[in-house]
Amino acid sequence: MAKITLKNLRHSYLPSPKGAEDYALKEIDLDWQDGGAYALLGPSGCGKSTLLNIISGLLTPSEGRILFDDVDVTDLPPDQRNIAQVFQFPVIYDTMTVRDNLAFPLRNRGVAEARITERVAEIAAMLEVVELLDIRASHLSPDNKQKISMGRGLVRDDVNVVMFDEPLTVIDPHLKWKLRSKLKELHQRVKATMIYVTHDQTEALTFADQVVVMQDGEVVQIGTPVELFERPQHTFVGHFIGSPGMNVLDATEAGGRVSFEGQEIAVEGKVTGQGGATQVGIRPEFVSIGATGLPARVRKVSDIGRHSVVEAMVGDTPVKAVIDGEAPGQGDAVHLAFRPDQTRLYRDGWLSIETDGAVAS
Amino acid sequence: MKTENQKAWFFVLPVLLLVAFNALIPIMTVVNYSVQETFGDNLFFWEGLSWFEQILRSDRFHDALGRQFLFTFLILIIEVPLGIIIALSMPKKGIWVPVCLVTMALPMLIPWNVVGAMWNIFTLPDIGLLGYFINNTLGIEYNMTRSPVAAWVTIIVMDVWHWTSLVVLLSYAGLVSIPDAYYQAAKIDGASPWKVFRYIQLPKMKTVLTIAILLRFMDSFNIYTEPFVLTGGGPGNSTTLLSIDLVKIALGQFDLGPAAAMSLIYFAITLLVSWLFYTLMTKDDAK
Repeated sequence: MAKITLKNLRHSYLPSPKGAEDYALKEIDLDWQDGGAYALLGPSGCGKSTLLNIISGLLTPSEGRILFDDVDVTDLPPDQRNIAQVFQFPVIYDTMTVRDNLAFPLRNRGVAEARITERVAEIAAMLEVVELLDIRASHLSPDNKQKISMGRGLVRDDVNVVMFDEPLTVIDPHLKWKLRSKLKELHQRVKATMIYVTHDQTEALTFADQVVVMQDGEVVQIGTPVELFERPQHTFVGHFIGSPGMNVLDATEAGGRVSFEGQEIAVEGKVTGQGGATQVGIRPEFVSIGATGLPARVRKVSDIGRHSVVEAMVGDTPVKAVIDGEAPGQGDAVHLAFRPDQTRLYRDGWLSIETDGAVAS
Repeated sequence: MKTENQKAWFFVLPVLLLVAFNALIPIMTVVNYSVQETFGDNLFFWEGLSWFEQILRSDRFHDALGRQFLFTFLILIIEVPLGIIIALSMPKKGIWVPVCLVTMALPMLIPWNVVGAMWNIFTLPDIGLLGYFINNTLGIEYNMTRSPVAAWVTIIVMDVWHWTSLVVLLSYAGLVSIPDAYYQAAKIDGASPWKVFRYIQLPKMKTVLTIAILLRFMDSFNIYTEPFVLTGGGPGNSTTLLSIDLVKIALGQFDLGPAAAMSLIYFAITLLVSWLFYTLMTKDDAK
């Protein structure tokens, strides 16, 4: 187990990258604390798998260093970094039994047979696959195969980090939930640093203590699930996390006053910076329908169980609101109110507001 | 609602006819010959199983069968590992892939009798490139019309040259279908190259290898044209394989009865060994 430090990491798949757009990863500086449960969240193609493969050593970064507990491992091959990785599609050794599969990484490292037996039994109990131990791995169902690939990662008790690369993609929905809670439980038991790559916000938010949100090869925000939800540092985070995502509305700003569709609206704190493209971000959960506020006309109402999502037009701009209880009907004229402490100004995508408690980066 | 009638048989009928014409009727003709004696003029005399008995007891048949098994054994033991090694060392991507594939496929595109003729000329001691080189430059006596060892080495090398590509191409197809994640996982698990081969590549190649081995067994066990053109079964009878002997009996001596009996025995052996191979190689999957 180790703390992982990424220093000035950049990677390009091209032999001689020119501009920033040639880089799959643009300048990444990150510390992963020992024993943390991290999720790496971002849309497909944002560079999260590249980052994972660089940490595991399957890829050598174009620039920058990787440190495990302050030891430079940038030039070490994967087997010497003592890491474990679980892939999108379960990788198992078909011809071996489940037992031999779990023992494989230990045998390759010359661990004593008695210790292997002990570890395999422990891991099998943890994963609840004890009764499968003597079955040939090729006969397992996909979710059990994925459990075994996880097991092969966890069986070494000295792993620095266990990485999961969208491990639940091929698993049936009803088993996804089970495996996910299993993973969370495993993390609490083995206390290894874990990094979980996914483009599914539910997976990321339920698994991780800290979520790293990536977009276009850059880290946009690192924070707890609550922080990401309540105070997105970037409109992308606001939009990507939450269902429906944050309303991002074009707005104007002059002298610290923010206007949307010609009406001044109250924001969380003091506006910082100037110029650039300005937008107002507010989550649909904090938009309410009342007697006063921005006049709007309801365009669409979708019932999503306990709430309704109301999409109303303020001028030409659609605004979403999540409403408990009675929702207005389609075509109704309503008034929308934004909760001021959840209404923020973004400048060129980045949060541009200062409060007494938190300072925008 | 379920309709039950016998209409389905009409759909099977064309296949039945086809199989009858290309397999059943020809084989039954042979069966017919194998239990009778004929002197021409469509006159037949019942012989029972005596031809079978005669063939099975004859030393000539035993010798040819022995040579046949030796030949096939050598072919498999050389071509299968060699094919796998070549497939493993071929590039997985890039412009060299098509170059390698086409080069590999070339020998297989040459007609069998041309292969025999090519190697015949190639190995002639006085004018053949290889024959001249071995005899005059290396100073080793090599003449396959005189030495049985030289004849055997030549037909083996010729078959390896002609057919190893088949094993290569099939193994290669199996290899490229292995996702990268397997190699990455093996790296992380600290597996040695031998273990990668043993636990990832070989299991993934197993299906295609089964086909490759079956095809190479059947083809080499039934081989006729190439050794016939190259050595004609000589010197002496040293390279007279089963098929060559069969043709000698059937067309050389015109002993149709014994030839038919021998064909059926030959067929039964091929079938039996193929079945054995197949059962042995696929039995693991059942568990």
